[in-house]
Amino acid sequence: MLENALKGSPKYWGWIGVLLIVIVAGFLFYLRQVEFGLGITGMSRDVNWGFYIAQFTFLVGIAASAVMVVLPYYLHNYIVFGKITILGEFLAISSVVTCILFVTVDLGQPQRAINIILYPSPRSMLFWDMVVLIGYFLLNVVISRVTLDAEGKSISPPGWIRPVIYLSIPWAISIHTVTAFIYCGLGGRSFWLSAILAPRFLASAFASGPALLILLCLLVRKVTRFDPGKEPIQKLALIVTYAMTANVFFILLECFTTFYSGIPEHTIHFRYLFLGVAGADALTPWIWVSVVMGVAGLVLLLVPRLRENEPVLTISCLAVFISLWIDKGLSMVITGFVPSPLGEFTEYTPTIPELTISLGIYAIGALLLTGLFKIGVKVKEETNRPPVLVSKARSG
Amino acid sequence: MMSIGRREFLRIAGTCAVLGLPGIPTPPASAQPSTRFVAASGVRQAKQWAMVVDLDKLTEADRIICVETCHRVHNVPQIDNPRHEIRWIWAESFKRVFQEQTNEFIPSNLLKRAVLVFCNHCGNPPCTRVCPTQATWRREDGIVMMDWHRCIGCRYCMVACPYGSRSFNWQDPRPFIGMANQDFSTRTKGVVEKCTFCAERLDQGLRPACVESCPSGALVFGDLQDEHSEVRQLLASRFSIRRRPGLGTQPEVYYLI
Amino acid sequence: MIVYDKEKIIPGIIIFLLLATLPFWYTFVGGQPSVVPEPQISGPATQCVEPKTYMRNSHTDLLNTWRNEVVRKGNRVYIASDGKEYRISLSNTCMDCHSNKTEFCDACHNYLQIVPDCWNCHIQPEESK
Repeated sequence: MLENALKGSPKYWGWIGVLLIVIVAGFLFYLRQVEFGLGITGMSRDVNWGFYIAQFTFLVGIAASAVMVVLPYYLHNYIVFGKITILGEFLAISSVVTCILFVTVDLGQPQRAINIILYPSPRSMLFWDMVVLIGYFLLNVVISRVTLDAEGKSISPPGWIRPVIYLSIPWAISIHTVTAFIYCGLGGRSFWLSAILAPRFLASAFASGPALLILLCLLVRKVTRFDPGKEPIQKLALIVTYAMTANVFFILLECFTTFYSGIPEHTIHFRYLFLGVAGADALTPWIWVSVVMGVAGLVLLLVPRLRENEPVLTISCLAVFISLWIDKGLSMVITGFVPSPLGEFTEYTPTIPELTISLGIYAIGALLLTGLFKIGVKVKEETNRPPVLVSKARSG
Repeated sequence: MMSIGRREFLRIAGTCAVLGLPGIPTPPASAQPSTRFVAASGVRQAKQWAMVVDLDKLTEADRIICVETCHRVHNVPQIDNPRHEIRWIWAESFKRVFQEQTNEFIPSNLLKRAVLVFCNHCGNPPCTRVCPTQATWRREDGIVMMDWHRCIGCRYCMVACPYGSRSFNWQDPRPFIGMANQDFSTRTKGVVEKCTFCAERLDQGLRPACVESCPSGALVFGDLQDEHSEVRQLLASRFSIRRRPGLGTQPEVYYLI
Repeated sequence: MIVYDKEKIIPGIIIFLLLATLPFWYTFVGGQPSVVPEPQISGPATQCVEPKTYMRNSHTDLLNTWRNEVVRKGNRVYIASDGKEYRISLSNTCMDCHSNKTEFCDACHNYLQIVPDCWNCHIQPEESK
């Protein structure tokens, strides 16, 4: 099965080649970072986390969004998603790997990362994040392997996989909740200190993840002989619509609480983000692009005729995805640090080395995703019959 | 005749490798000598260390000398780039340190007066709660300590600190250190550092460097649980405030107005 | 047992075994015997905190224990197995006697290609700026 990833057209290998070049570039810059220190990034004494952790936060959401296809299919026998659950799981695997890579390159002493396991700290949310991420990775590897293997042989997967799949559903919710807990339990950072941060994370994850999955399905239909079908894509689009609506609603809720109460400690972050304060306004153009794209994408999704029109759907999914990437990645993380606890408006701009390393990590994720999708699509092309659910009788 | 597929072969080989690992013989360790570790004699001990900063007595000279002494004794690098700056103790304006307690009618000389700030060694520290390796932890005597051997440089403690007390080594600090104090380490790039209430000096029976060197005596260090200590007497006689008390961090640095 | 491609596999295994055991037989075949490192001690004392055999095998364990005792438990005095008391310090106590890092520490470490990173933080006595 694995050998399917090594057979492909010249275009396939061309794509792999491009990815490898980007990976090598990122790796070379990482060597420079290891040699010089994290000072080659744009982070500072006031902005302690930057682009790397922003990408980590966003990608945990993408990884968790696999639950949006797994839950309906396995828990509620929603057969429509049968053709794409494996793609969702593969997306989850690639996302988790890139998450862990982003955290690793952000460490000042990465060779000591094993200390998290040697000296477990149950009160630290970073500790739990490592635990749940590694667990989620293993769950998805096992589930995707077993189910794809069975499908390739046109048999039912073994019964024991069903409880494992059931476990992956709350586990997916947990990985993103724990990631939110990293931020929303810190009394000193009033921008993040809100109970709605975790629901907001989940809502934006369930909008951006399926949006990306739709785009990938449309791409798969174009470059391979496997057609995920119109119905799964439409159902995913519906999920994106509802999730994005919830996300926008949650943001408005936050704006209300902040500005109605008028507490300066809270409003100052929002004012910095949306309007800029005292000349510091690096994030303002970004957030407004995010708002415009997000609202536009949502409007396009809300109109059924436009949602069902696949070229328009492509645009709305792209818009939603980019909007949420800016929102969850850049604006949420950076704004928490501006102003600093002592009122300093230190701004943050990622540097070229930082961006190249990040691109390299994204390329690793894309490489993994490409290989996995190649394997999965090959199996589906060959079997080309409706997927076989785990039969209830065997699950015991 | 044995004929197995590639996948089966890999599975068997992998299992054997994993099972075989514990079987690798390790050379017998030399006999462990019987040894003990004790604290040095003359150690300054307390149940709850705290610092009182008398803002009435604090002068410009203090600001410069206390900071310079601390940074010299602890080999803190002098980095000009403000983004990479490392500060264990420094002077900040009253308005910035006590943002929530400032109003426009406070005497202007107080507003402009420089306040010395450093790690508050909180009784309920958010930084030690979030450290994933316990490279920073709260000692029984109240000091929030750093273990630079264990720190992985994740900077979560910096994110959690509500006071901005911590600094990170964004690059190798050594080129930025002047005359190094041989009795103390430097740190390396990639770890977080901060004021440790001079734990190494307390172990030698000395007072913290900033307290010792303060010309006006505005810094007083002592045991809060000792009713007869100077810190307790000062706190009983004058009104004191702490930084961001509403957060529940229980900072143990008190400022006398 | 059927071995496919016997002509390639068996010579391949033999070549692999030869290469893998190279360090063991190379000196006998004609290479120079490698130099055994001889660390030089230049300090005042004649004996280390613990006997030489123990230190040679376990100085890493000792240093790790020292580190944890000082940093994490606040115990700065070491009572050795012979009852003598020592102030725990790499830069001061250890390097008082082993004052020449190049002749002592590096002699074995370079031979074994070990690069301990103690000196990123602990100050080497020779290099007082």
